[in-house]
Amino acid sequence: MSVVFQKTRGLTDVPTHYCPGCTHGIVHRLVGEVLEELGVLDNAIGVAPVGCSVLAYKYFNCDMHEAAHGRAPAVATGIKRVHPDNFVFTYQGDGDLASIGTAEIVHAALRGEKISTIFINNAIYGMTGGQMAPTTLVGQKATTAPYGRDPNHAGKPIRMSEMLSTIDGAKFVERVTVTTPAHVRKAKKAIKECFQVQLDGKGFGIVEVLSTCPTNWGYTPEEALRWLEENMIPYYPLGNFKRPEEVE
Amino acid sequence: MEERIIIAGFGGQGVMAMGQLLTYAGMIEGKQVSWLPSYGPEMRGGTANCNVVISSDDVGSPVVLDANTAIIMNKPSLDKFENSVVKGGKLFINSSLIDRKSERDDIEIYYVPCNEIAGELGNARVANMVMLGAYLEATKVVSVDSVLAGFTKVFGEGKAHLLPINKEAIEKGAEAIRKQAGVTA
Amino acid sequence: MAKVLMKGNEAIGAAAIEAGCKYFFGYPITPQSELPEFMARELPKAGGVFLQAESEIAAINMVYGAAGSGARVMTSSSSPGISLKQEGISYIAGAELPCLIVNIMRGGPGLGSIQPSQTDYFQATRGGGNGDYRLVVLAPSNVQELVDLIIEGFDIADQYRNPVMILGDGMIGQMMEPVEFKKPKTRELPPKDWATNGTKGERKPNIINSLYLSPEELEAHNIRLQAKYQKIRENEVKVESYNIEDADVVIAAYGTTSRIAKTAIAQLEKEGYKVGLIRPISLWPYPYDEFNKISDKCKGILTVEMNSGQMVDDVKIAVNGRFPVYFHGRLGGMVPTPNEIIEKVKKIYGGEI
Repeated sequence: MSVVFQKTRGLTDVPTHYCPGCTHGIVHRLVGEVLEELGVLDNAIGVAPVGCSVLAYKYFNCDMHEAAHGRAPAVATGIKRVHPDNFVFTYQGDGDLASIGTAEIVHAALRGEKISTIFINNAIYGMTGGQMAPTTLVGQKATTAPYGRDPNHAGKPIRMSEMLSTIDGAKFVERVTVTTPAHVRKAKKAIKECFQVQLDGKGFGIVEVLSTCPTNWGYTPEEALRWLEENMIPYYPLGNFKRPEEVE
Repeated sequence: MEERIIIAGFGGQGVMAMGQLLTYAGMIEGKQVSWLPSYGPEMRGGTANCNVVISSDDVGSPVVLDANTAIIMNKPSLDKFENSVVKGGKLFINSSLIDRKSERDDIEIYYVPCNEIAGELGNARVANMVMLGAYLEATKVVSVDSVLAGFTKVFGEGKAHLLPINKEAIEKGAEAIRKQAGVTA
Repeated sequence: MAKVLMKGNEAIGAAAIEAGCKYFFGYPITPQSELPEFMARELPKAGGVFLQAESEIAAINMVYGAAGSGARVMTSSSSPGISLKQEGISYIAGAELPCLIVNIMRGGPGLGSIQPSQTDYFQATRGGGNGDYRLVVLAPSNVQELVDLIIEGFDIADQYRNPVMILGDGMIGQMMEPVEFKKPKTRELPPKDWATNGTKGERKPNIINSLYLSPEELEAHNIRLQAKYQKIRENEVKVESYNIEDADVVIAAYGTTSRIAKTAIAQLEKEGYKVGLIRPISLWPYPYDEFNKISDKCKGILTVEMNSGQMVDDVKIAVNGRFPVYFHGRLGGMVPTPNEIIEKVKKIYGGEI
């Protein structure tokens, strides 16, 4: 019998703590696979956030830092400046990156910090139990927006990829999702291209992954996938916002 | 021996540099020294002052409240520091810019027309060095040579060509003191 | 090496480079901005990296990343900026990373003033960030000692894997004094085999972390930290004292304030008073034992600070009721004068207070 599929060496054997139907696991695997396929796993240093993926340092099979909430891009900056030849990435959620850590991600991008960021956008604070995120959709209920997000009170959700793509130092910006096998393949391609931008020394790269949170959204895993496609994708359009010019 | 000096004037009159030159000179002569500037918004064109201590022992407080000597380059500084000089101390007044006399009668007072002398030398910017020359002549706390040795340290190697005019200014300041001494004697 | 005249803030930078510091992450704030300016100019020449961060919070987290990567790294700020750094300092202490943090204190609270002050004594010695941690806190009183403590501070940080804070005030940052750069006493520094630099496929991943979700594990981690702090208490106390076996009054003061106290003591001696001095150089660990050497005839301890009385708590712990403890302080960026101290000492002598 031949082996047609096996677990990536990019992840450790520690079982993840993620809820059933949460897409963090898929994204972890994609990141692990890409690290392995690009041959940078043994050279990689990752930075985990505060949020549902706070324990990511146990799952990625490479050197890791656990950062304070929102500070992963600053921590990654410190690492990359010390080890410019190592591959450095952050893995962050929407509360971490788009709320408390907005300054850090914007300034890492504007410095053209040669790091790569995986940004999980599931429109909610997961770990703390379903509070409103800056990415929570208008009308979407959260424990701190029990009547649904009111744009007159809380503003409208922030589109980080669009915003970051306006920054010169950000050289790769793409929004993907992982709701179908086809989307998963596209997501992996984007992550690979994003990481390659760092390896080529071109600057900052980010892949935003629209993700599910069945637990806090109050849906079954299947309903959650449908809700994401019907509600999030219209507001957060998928696609590439920026890639390095071919001729440079 | 301990010399505790207040140097004060407008920002841009070179009062910080005067203090640094004295501090360097003291260090070159193997004395213990400290230089403490006033800092903050008043540095931007307002009044500036610094405290210098030159001592044969370790410098205690670098803050000079009771000065042996005050070097005063403008009128607001005279109003502020006139009473900071200890009895028997010395007060140097830039009489080019200060039209009043000191009210103290328990200290030695030297009136030096720094800006006029600098003008005669053709470089208004060396008024501070004229005053420094006067101070050195009257107190002999450090030597002129030591001050000149610190010149490029304070102003940078790029200003080495200005050394002759500054040296001349120091000499003119000393001359002014000798004349004044002649008059009072 | 010959003596050079340097401004305190610049001397910090020169000493750090001398100590092999290669990375500086900072943010401008008066009265310490000459330090980042110096590093921006000089660190690249020494093969290092200066980076002006977007905030003090980012700067300290860059320090966390760089320290976790095994580098000699530092940051600096002044009081309000140090408050912002507390998050990162707590993480650095929790993850046991070595680094140097300089606080050139100014008056507070809030935006306060830019004039010299010692109001961050509590923050520095009692924490400031969350959690049960300690910084090694060193308080130089002149620019030479500032240089010496910066150089030794990096070694202390490496030896114990602990952040070290240099606590100065605006005066010491701004003043110029002669300095020479001397090699510190040789310490045996452990290899940084915990640092992240890529596994090279040759070892298990290194993880820089302060999270322990299980209370049993976090307790064990804290017990280990406390054991380390105990070792620091035993080995790293630094103090200067003067004439305490024979003094009728002992002054306790640190940093620039201790110099003002020395000027007062010299004057008091001329007038026939016997006044001693205890000058803590390490504020944590605090030199509690030094106070045991004070003669029984001492009438009282006068603590002098540029705050409303913070170190006075440690002095009270140290004397443990043996002597009355008095306090003199100036606030808001005002500096105590020798005369104020002299007056207070005379009152203690005369039993007036």
